[in-house]
Amino acid sequence: MNRVQRARGINQIMTGVFYLIAVFFFTLLIGFASYVIIKGFTGATPEMFAFARKGSIGNQLFNTIYLVFISLLFSIPLGVTAGIYLAMYAKKGFLTKFLRICIETLSSLPSIVVGLFGYLVFLVFFGLGKSLLAGALSVSILAIPVITTTTEDAINGLPGHYLQASLGLGATRWQSIYHVLIPACIPRIMTGVILAAGRGFGEAAALLYTTGSGTDLRWNNWNLTSPPTCPLNIFRPAETLSLQIWGGLQINGQDPNLANLSAAILMILVLLFSIGEMH
Amino acid sequence: MEAKKANDYKFDISHLNLHYGDFHALKDVNMKIEANKITAFIGPSGCGKSTFLKTLNRMNDLVENCKIDGNVLLDGKDIFKEMDEITLRHRVGMVFQQPNPFPKSVYDNVAYGPRIAGIKKKSQLDEIVERSLRQAAIWDELKDRLNKSALGLSGGQQQRLCIARTLAVEPEVILMDEPTSALDPISTSKIEDLAMELKKDYTIVMVTHNMQQAVRVSDNTAFFLLGEVIEYNDTEKLFSIPEDKRTEDYITGRFG
Repeated sequence: MNRVQRARGINQIMTGVFYLIAVFFFTLLIGFASYVIIKGFTGATPEMFAFARKGSIGNQLFNTIYLVFISLLFSIPLGVTAGIYLAMYAKKGFLTKFLRICIETLSSLPSIVVGLFGYLVFLVFFGLGKSLLAGALSVSILAIPVITTTTEDAINGLPGHYLQASLGLGATRWQSIYHVLIPACIPRIMTGVILAAGRGFGEAAALLYTTGSGTDLRWNNWNLTSPPTCPLNIFRPAETLSLQIWGGLQINGQDPNLANLSAAILMILVLLFSIGEMH
Repeated sequence: MEAKKANDYKFDISHLNLHYGDFHALKDVNMKIEANKITAFIGPSGCGKSTFLKTLNRMNDLVENCKIDGNVLLDGKDIFKEMDEITLRHRVGMVFQQPNPFPKSVYDNVAYGPRIAGIKKKSQLDEIVERSLRQAAIWDELKDRLNKSALGLSGGQQQRLCIARTLAVEPEVILMDEPTSALDPISTSKIEDLAMELKKDYTIVMVTHNMQQAVRVSDNTAFFLLGEVIEYNDTEKLFSIPEDKRTEDYITGRFG
């Protein structure tokens, strides 16, 4: 066999290997997702879709989305500004290196540790009750590094001449960042935000000690100052879908069917977000 | 040239030295740049001509470890001591080697400078955008796609758009850093025609790799070598009877 034939042979084998791997992951995801979703819906009863105090998933679905929304209110401004700082202002040196290590470590922290930290800081130290806010802040700790890193990468990935052109027209550094660089980065920053949100949706461990498991919502009560049954009140306990899965199987009446449905809904939510990320 | 009055000169540069760290990039440059003329800088790569051009609107300020001394006077005022870089860049605009429109619409690209400078009124911006695009001889091509992304234009159109964007700020001087080196011959000749048209109202300083271009468009030419200005003269004289042996060697293609 000559050199060209051998190279072509190896090329074909490697192409095959990559196709196999792609098929493997595709099957794994489809199989896994459809199992969870089908199993969830076959065991479901109509009452489970209600927004009731017990035995339904409506409130938990609302809590999940609301909690992620609140956490993004904190993590987007902090993460994006930190990313801009690292990309545009930080001077190369020991301090910046150390800061970057901190952010990388933060993004790989076990979420149970973040949960305990959140408990200690937000509940014990600041005296918040077990609440949606405490949970959202804990999730923010996980989301900020993701958003910071994507923002920094997005700005560094821009062609350097955008900044030059803007400065050359008499803009200041900040005007250039605000009017040219950030708008050009928004699609990539959004990717980071969606990744962070996806992580927030599925988060259970960080919420175990921080959000509590109450879901007593009155959907006709929109008075934020009333006792904590108003859905928008961020100081009320808020069980999320992932906590419901955990609780449904472990403690609250051992209701695997409810947990299965909860898992199916959570799965759909995360899939929708991941598909949304691609567009 | 020596007989001209002082106000015929836009820039008066004396004893300019520039260091990048330990590297001595510009060595005792002395030059007067005539108003409403095109001045070309030629010389081999790394000779300091682009560095010198960027000094004129302080774009070198962005480079770390860049140390400049000497005087650069714009209409008699020192650009380092008597002016801030924002004001300077409003008066001395720049067109870069690579066409570099922002990822925005044609309109927003041209309106960027005026907006930054605080102009908000739509009618006023409309007027500036049209005038600048007309001046850059690209209004007819682009008037129906003002709201389309500038990134969809051809390289030559992008470069003329960038010139329009610079004109919109109403500078007095336009610096061009090899403005045609990334363009095809037809776009190149359009940019050259444009430059010759614009010198009525603006002072133009152009770095070029292309000696024919310097001959075609410029009134004065400076030849740079290893950070020094070897010869600076009327373009016709410099190319027909160079005074320095090194200039002659360069323009006859013996090195470079």
